[in-house]
Amino acid sequence: MSTATSLHQSRKRKNSVMMTLCVAAAGIGLAWLALILGALLYKGLSGVNLAVFTEMTPPPGDAGGLLNAIYGSIMMTIIGVVVGTPIGVLAGTYMAEYGRFSKLTTVVRFINDILLSAPSIIIGLFVYELMVRPMGHFSAIAGAVALAILVIPVVVRTTEDMLNLVPNALREAGTAIGAPRWVVIKSVAYRAALSGIVTGILLSIARISGETAPLLFTALNNQFWSSNLNAPMASLPVTIFQFALSPYEEWQQLAWTGALIITLTVLALSIFARSLTGRREDK
Amino acid sequence: MSAVQEALPAIRGSRDATVRRFALTDAIFHGMTRAAAILVLVLLGGVAISLFAGSWQALSTFGFSFLTSESWNPVTEKFGALAPIYGTIITSAIAILIAVPLGIGIAIFLTELCPRPLRRPIGMAVELLAGIPSIIYGIWGLFVLAPFLQTTVQPFIINVFHGIPGLNSLFAGPPYGIGLLTSSLILAIMVLPFITSITKDVFDTVPPVLKESAYGIGCTTWEVTRRVVIPYTRIGIMGGVMLGLGRALGETMAVTFVIGNAHRISTSLFAPATTISATIANEFTEAVGDLYTSSLVALGLILFVITFLILAIARYMLMRIDARTGA
Repeated sequence: MSTATSLHQSRKRKNSVMMTLCVAAAGIGLAWLALILGALLYKGLSGVNLAVFTEMTPPPGDAGGLLNAIYGSIMMTIIGVVVGTPIGVLAGTYMAEYGRFSKLTTVVRFINDILLSAPSIIIGLFVYELMVRPMGHFSAIAGAVALAILVIPVVVRTTEDMLNLVPNALREAGTAIGAPRWVVIKSVAYRAALSGIVTGILLSIARISGETAPLLFTALNNQFWSSNLNAPMASLPVTIFQFALSPYEEWQQLAWTGALIITLTVLALSIFARSLTGRREDK
Repeated sequence: MSAVQEALPAIRGSRDATVRRFALTDAIFHGMTRAAAILVLVLLGGVAISLFAGSWQALSTFGFSFLTSESWNPVTEKFGALAPIYGTIITSAIAILIAVPLGIGIAIFLTELCPRPLRRPIGMAVELLAGIPSIIYGIWGLFVLAPFLQTTVQPFIINVFHGIPGLNSLFAGPPYGIGLLTSSLILAIMVLPFITSITKDVFDTVPPVLKESAYGIGCTTWEVTRRVVIPYTRIGIMGGVMLGLGRALGETMAVTFVIGNAHRISTSLFAPATTISATIANEFTEAVGDLYTSSLVALGLILFVITFLILAIARYMLMRIDARTGA
């Protein structure tokens, strides 16, 4: 009897120890992340002022802003998304609609998942070999292509998943009134899956807007204002990288402020994207 | 009546034309989607081929010794990848050792212990954190974590393990703040959200009836987790860990800030070191000479091969658990 009770006691003790550890793990994880966001807000907010958005990146030891870097980031992100999204949506469409049970789809899904988590610096090297070396110079367009390659796997994945969720009865109804397959896809399947596909695109924007590694040796950086796509262009992440590792106080402050701008942008995009699909699931 | 009969061929004709036009546009659209799908394959193939072509000069010059040589000297143009490979593997391994218990602990907390109203917010916070760009972790590591480690933690550890053989070389000074251990800590916090969210997802695939029957015979929560949930989801957890490992191996910016970029192999975890990705990020634009550039691309090729294998294994494992829940 007493052994049974003590066994019960020891099991209960073990349980509470392990569960306490799990709560502690969650506590540590959340506290660690709170520390990062806290430091970011604390150091970043003190540098936020109008000059950040209206002035160019300064020479060492001078005051200035991040305007050319912000402009470069927005430009290259837009081009990257505009180039990458159609390819991603079309590939996802093939996988979910035309070739749902084909061997090609299985292979593409596997390769796409690997591209999705491949190190982005590898993509940077690829675009360097593909564009920068043949062209002979760094350029914003090479940076945008590197970003487009990062957009594609995200969009492929979400497009396929979302189209797979569209009930077949909808497609059959479309086919039954005589619509050809591409009209069914365009007017029925895309419409039903629209919010999901848009979520994928927003998530891909969130991903590339903070990417640094693929831009380092494609778009390089630029101290000055440049809207020439065939020349090196500044971007927010690369500027942060350069300024944070510099010994100058003003540059480091701008790096923190830039980091805060990127983080808030990425978080806002992710939350907006998730709220789109969240509403759908609630229905 | 006769007017209708006269009009019929014309109607049939235009109908045939419409059907033909529909068939043509459908074939075009089908072809476009198929081409886009094939482009995804071409991309990965292109990455492999271009890296191989770019690294050919280095590989043919140094041969196999590129993998085994520790020297990295741009002046004499002698390059070996051993130090970056060592740094990459050590930092990723330590990061995984830290992140896996934490991640599984948080997943257990979220699926078994957390009050229901808090589950979605905490789960969402974890997923949002997975999306924070790595440069943010890097800048935090450089300006907040490294000085803290340098002034507080590292001197303490160096003192404690000072007289213990083995451990004193593992934790040998001086405390730089930046180095292998700092990079590992940053990587751990970066891969934590990935491991947590995948582990939580596979925990959710356990059929409730399995857990309920274990609770029914009087098991504690820990016993249910240890004996039912974890064995049932073993492959999925492994897949998540491998996915986290793939991320850690290829992570560039966060590590570049805090690794110290020193091409040497040191037994001390406090010593500055380098990783494959940090070397490429730091030196690529400054590399002069074809052999130097080619050696850096060869480093990229090594990284590509390692991560490709790890990610392929991870996806294979996760596919198996998907197939089981689908059946």
